Amino acid sequence: MEIFVGYGNYTIALATMIGIYSIMALGLNIQWGLTGLFNLGIAGFFAVGAYASAILTTSETPKHIGGFDLPVVLAWPLAMIAAAFIAWAVARICIRLRADYLAIATIGIGEILRLIFKNEQWATGGTRGISNISRPFEQLPGIWAPLAFLGVVLILAMVAYWLAERGRTSPWGRVVQAIRDNEPAARAAGKNVETFRIQGFVIGSAFMGLAGALTAHYFKFVGPEATDPLQVTFLVWVMLIVGGNGSNRGAMLGAAVIWTMWSASELFSSRLSGDWAHRAPFVRLFLVGLILQIMLQYFPDGLMPRQRQITARLPRKPTIDQPQSSHILPPF
Amino acid sequence: MKDIVVPQSKAAPPGTGLSIKGISKSFGGLRAVDNCSFDVKRGSITGLIGPNGAGKTTLFSIITGFLSPDCGRITLDDVDVTRLAPHDLFHRGLVRTFQIPHEFSKLSVLENLMVVPANQPGENPITAWLRPGLVREREEQVFQEARNTLAFLGLEKVCDLPAGNLSGGQRKLVELGRAMMSGAGTVLLDEPGAGVNPTLLAQLSQMIMRLNSERGTTFCIIEHNMDMITSLCDTVVVMSSGSVLTQGHMSQIKKDDRVLAAYLGSSAVRALQ
Repeated sequence: MEIFVGYGNYTIALATMIGIYSIMALGLNIQWGLTGLFNLGIAGFFAVGAYASAILTTSETPKHIGGFDLPVVLAWPLAMIAAAFIAWAVARICIRLRADYLAIATIGIGEILRLIFKNEQWATGGTRGISNISRPFEQLPGIWAPLAFLGVVLILAMVAYWLAERGRTSPWGRVVQAIRDNEPAARAAGKNVETFRIQGFVIGSAFMGLAGALTAHYFKFVGPEATDPLQVTFLVWVMLIVGGNGSNRGAMLGAAVIWTMWSASELFSSRLSGDWAHRAPFVRLFLVGLILQIMLQYFPDGLMPRQRQITARLPRKPTIDQPQSSHILPPF
Repeated sequence: MKDIVVPQSKAAPPGTGLSIKGISKSFGGLRAVDNCSFDVKRGSITGLIGPNGAGKTTLFSIITGFLSPDCGRITLDDVDVTRLAPHDLFHRGLVRTFQIPHEFSKLSVLENLMVVPANQPGENPITAWLRPGLVREREEQVFQEARNTLAFLGLEKVCDLPAGNLSGGQRKLVELGRAMMSGAGTVLLDEPGAGVNPTLLAQLSQMIMRLNSERGTTFCIIEHNMDMITSLCDTVVVMSSGSVLTQGHMSQIKKDDRVLAAYLGSSAVRALQ
C-alpha cells in the first residue's frame, strides 16, 4: 500500500512540474517559435514571477519586504504583470537587436535579475531566499493536497495553451510569424514590427512569470538558486526544440518528455555509488545535451512539427463570385 | 485573362502624386543617390531605368522609409512624407515590392496575402483572445479579398502551399499580390519582371496595366526589360551613378545618346558611331 502512495506522490509531483514547465515552454514558443525572439533570460522572468508572488503573499517578516498577505488569485496575476513589465522595459531597449544579439542581451538581463535577487537582501532575503510561502489547498488531508494543487496547475496550463493557440491562429499570430519569416516584407506590409515583437516578448515573459509564481508556491520557497539559468533556461529551450518549435502542442509534449527524463535520471543517478554519485549531476546535463544534439541533427522540427495552417478555420468552399465574361469589377 | 476580375477598392484619389526633390544618400564614401528629383504623377505608370548600381533600389528604399535620406524632400499628394517609417507610409497608401522576392516563406500563399490588409482587429492580441466574433468577421472579408487577388494572379492552385515552395516567377506574383492587398494608391515595383518567363511577363504587364486603368493605381516601376517599360510607361526616368540623367517619353529616351552611354559606357557609344 505504502509503495502505491509513494508512486502516487511521485506521479503527482512529476505532473505538477510538467504543468509548470509546459507554461514556460508555451511562453518560449510565443517568443521564439512564433515571433522569432531568441530569449536566453527565461530564468530571469521566471524569477521575477516567483519573487513577486512570494513577496505579495507572505506575512510581515523582518527577513524581506512584504507583509501584503495577498491571496494567490491576486498575487499570480500581479506576478505575471511584474514579469511582463520587466519584459516590456527590456524589450523597449533590446527588441531591435538581431536574434543573436538579443540572445546575448537576454543572457545579461537574466544574470542581472539573478544577482539582484541574490544581493538585495532587504527585499528578497538574499541567499536565504523567501520561505513560508503558502501553497493553495495545503490544508487538505493526505494526497488530496498535492492533487488539488496539481489540478490548479493543469487548469492554468490548459488556459495558457488555449491563449497561445488562439494567439497563434489569429491575425496577430499571422503577423508575428510573418515578421519572423521576413522582417523587411512585414514592414513593407505596413506592420509596426517593433510593436508586434514587444507584444510577443511581453506575453511570453508573462507566461514565464506565472510559471515562476506557481513554482514558488509549489515548493513554498524561492531562493536565488531556484532561478539557476542552467536548469530553467536550458531545460525550457530543450523542451521546445524537442517538442517542436512553433507548435504549442509540441511545446507541451516537449515539457512532458524532457521533465520526465530529467526527473527519472535523478532517480537513476541517486542510486549510483561512489565516485559516480559525484558525477551524477553532470551526467544528467550531459544526457540532456545529448538528446538535444540528436534531435537537432535528425529531427530538427521536433516531435510535433509546426502546424502549417496558422489561420483559424475559414470557409474553404469556393465562394468567389466570378462573373464568367464580365469586365465589371465588383467592389470588395 | 478575360474572365478574371480585378479586385477593386477605389478609384484613384485626386492628388499630385509622388514628388521627389533633391534626395541624396551616401554610404561611406559612395554617393549612391545624388540630388535626385522627379515626379510620379497620380494615375501614371512611371518607369525608372538605369544601369546596375545607378541607385534605383536605394531610392525606392528611401521613398518607402526603409532608408533615411541625407537630404531632400519627398511629398505624397503635397504632404511631406520624408523619413516616415514604412508602416506610416503604408497607411498613407504608398507601398513597395522587392527586387528579390521577400515572401513569408513558412506562411501559405493565401496567408502571405492575408497578412497585408490594414485594420485587422485580430492583430491586437487582446482582441484576438476576447473578441473572436469581431476577428472572424474581418477575417472572412480579408480571406475573400485574398482569394479574389489570387484568382486575379492565377495563383489559386498554390494558395495553400508555403510561399517558400513557389518558383521564382510565382514569388514575383505574390509580391505583386501583397502590393494589391494593401489597397495602396501608389505602388513602387522593383523589377517585377526579373526572372519571370516571357509568357508570364506579358500577363504581368497586362495585370499592371489593368490595375492602373481600372483601379487607378499609380505605379513607379524599376525594370531592365525595355519592352516592358516601353509598353507600360507613360514617363521614363533614367538614372545613372545616383542622379537623374534625363526623363521623358520612351521614344525620346531611346534617342538620347547619354542614356546609351550610361548603359554601354561612352567609349562604346563613340565606337558605335
